[in-house]
Amino acid sequence: MGGARTQGAPDGTRMSGSDSDALRPVSVRLERCGKTFADGTKALEPLDLEIAAGETAVFLGPSGCGKTTTLRLIAGLEMPDPGGRVLFDGVDVTALPVEKRNVGLVFQSYALFPNMDVRGNVAYGLRVRGMAKPEREKRVDEMLAMMRIEALAHRRIDQLSGGQRQRVALARALAVRPRALLLDEPLTALDAKLRDALRVEIDALLRRLGITAIYVTHDQAEAMALGDRIVVMEHGRVAQAGTPREIYQAPATRFVAEFIGTMNRLAGRAEAGRFVTAAGAIPWPEAPAGAREILFRPEAVRLSADGETPHLAGAVISAFFMGDHTRLFVAAGEGAPLVVEAAARRHFARGDRVGLVVDPAGLLTLKDSA
Amino acid sequence: MARYRLFLLILPAAIVFTAFFLLPLAQLFVIGAGGKDGIAAYAAIVTDRNYRASLVATVLLSGGVTLATLIISGIAGVFLTRNRFPFRPAVTAMLTFPLAFPGVVIGFMVIMLAGRQGLVGDVTQWVFGDKLVFAYSMAGLFMGYVYFSIPRTILTVMASAEKLDPKLEEAARSLGASPLRVVWDVIIPGLMPAFVAAGAICFATAMGAFGTAFTLATRINVLPMVIYTEFTDQANIAMAAALSFILGAITWLVLAVARTAAGSSVAAAG
Repeated sequence: MGGARTQGAPDGTRMSGSDSDALRPVSVRLERCGKTFADGTKALEPLDLEIAAGETAVFLGPSGCGKTTTLRLIAGLEMPDPGGRVLFDGVDVTALPVEKRNVGLVFQSYALFPNMDVRGNVAYGLRVRGMAKPEREKRVDEMLAMMRIEALAHRRIDQLSGGQRQRVALARALAVRPRALLLDEPLTALDAKLRDALRVEIDALLRRLGITAIYVTHDQAEAMALGDRIVVMEHGRVAQAGTPREIYQAPATRFVAEFIGTMNRLAGRAEAGRFVTAAGAIPWPEAPAGAREILFRPEAVRLSADGETPHLAGAVISAFFMGDHTRLFVAAGEGAPLVVEAAARRHFARGDRVGLVVDPAGLLTLKDSA
Repeated sequence: MARYRLFLLILPAAIVFTAFFLLPLAQLFVIGAGGKDGIAAYAAIVTDRNYRASLVATVLLSGGVTLATLIISGIAGVFLTRNRFPFRPAVTAMLTFPLAFPGVVIGFMVIMLAGRQGLVGDVTQWVFGDKLVFAYSMAGLFMGYVYFSIPRTILTVMASAEKLDPKLEEAARSLGASPLRVVWDVIIPGLMPAFVAAGAICFATAMGAFGTAFTLATRINVLPMVIYTEFTDQANIAMAAALSFILGAITWLVLAVARTAAGSSVAAAG
């Protein structure tokens, strides 16, 4: 990776003629990329991360965790602290500004140009690159068709709904055939129903195009649905990176366990194949010696059937009818109430005594709680 | 009841508008037509070579001042909005300082800078052996007008620049636009409503400004000076009134056109 390769490859102009019909996704690598802002705020601790070509990586975390900063480093909108490098397909692009990196950007606020109509927005990147008009028009038509917004072509931006605007923003970003697509909370500004619909659509789009995509969100459901890999971030560090399944089933830290999905927690001690708590004992042959705390998802616990011996005993604090099931908050032992899902047909009142059965296969311990 | 209330609410504005605008203007128009040439006095503005020249000069000067002011204020306004540095509030306050000065003082400052004993003259004398003096001409007037137009414009531009979404610029750059292209395609269209609004005020002020021109030289051929000369030296009150009326009409026309343009560009900016 000498300086010579850095010169030619990652320019923003390889956009004409023969290679125009193929997207060539790149792998993205961050090497010791930290970011300290001018006011001294440390947004990102030095970070190493590799995103494979064609992969969809989701950066997930609460606000201020550094996920957007990481995205901006990849885009070229921020420079990493000295020593950090950003590589596309192994070529150092750290010094290239955003306009030379050929990446597509989609923002939460859409950021469409209000002084241009839908067509003008989608065509903008092609026009800036000096693409000839017939070819440009053809490409714009393709993009409008792909996002199913042909009918909106001549609308002004302020005449569009949020969902339509984000489709235009996607069409605009993809029109220039970017080497990677970077999405910063693209669905956050939309209402719930539209968000779900567009999420499904974005997922299908990313699979079909096979583009390298980096998606930033604070919404764990979105992350689970879209990501080939989820990078959970906390305080400017990667807390855990893995497939959605790994993150959900084997969270590496307490933060990850509690940020993703719902997690129940019980204090107690491991003892002769059981885990003993103040609310009862759970049979657990593989209980690690010295475990002081267990975690489990709501789906690993159920109400005991008639005649069955419950592991834990508790009292209902509140019950929420969710349609297909009832979500119970049960006081059992000390600590936070347990979340338990029960059949929808049964009615519960505050104070009802319930017995709980826990599936030992769903029990987790964390290193820091051992 | 609602109609009655509406009438009451609009009454003060209507009284002020009638008393201080409609009646004097009507009076002015009548006086303008009441001279020895009658209504033909109004035609003199185009038929008389001197009047026509001063009208053209005034419009060109005001247009030039507006353009220069918008360029300077646009750049400075966006810079001041985007950058935080020590003494930034002091710099902003200094740029808005000229608002406090009457035209006479500004004329005096132009003379101190570019007059016969001025700084520019001294420096050019020392460097080139030749004194550069431009205070007592259109160039001096231009400089003075730009100086007192900047504050009005820069505050409007800054308020508007504050609301520009930086994400728009980032989006344009990610699509391959160079920084200069971003200025042209994103920043200028975003600031256009502010440019139109501030530019209209700037133009109107420059059309009617008198104190600075009066301080610099009575020979400068701009419309307000011509009106003054007609009124005091020639005692040609009818012609002065006719010229005043036309000055007002042209300024009003430009403001109306600018407002319409601003209206449509505001709508386009959504």
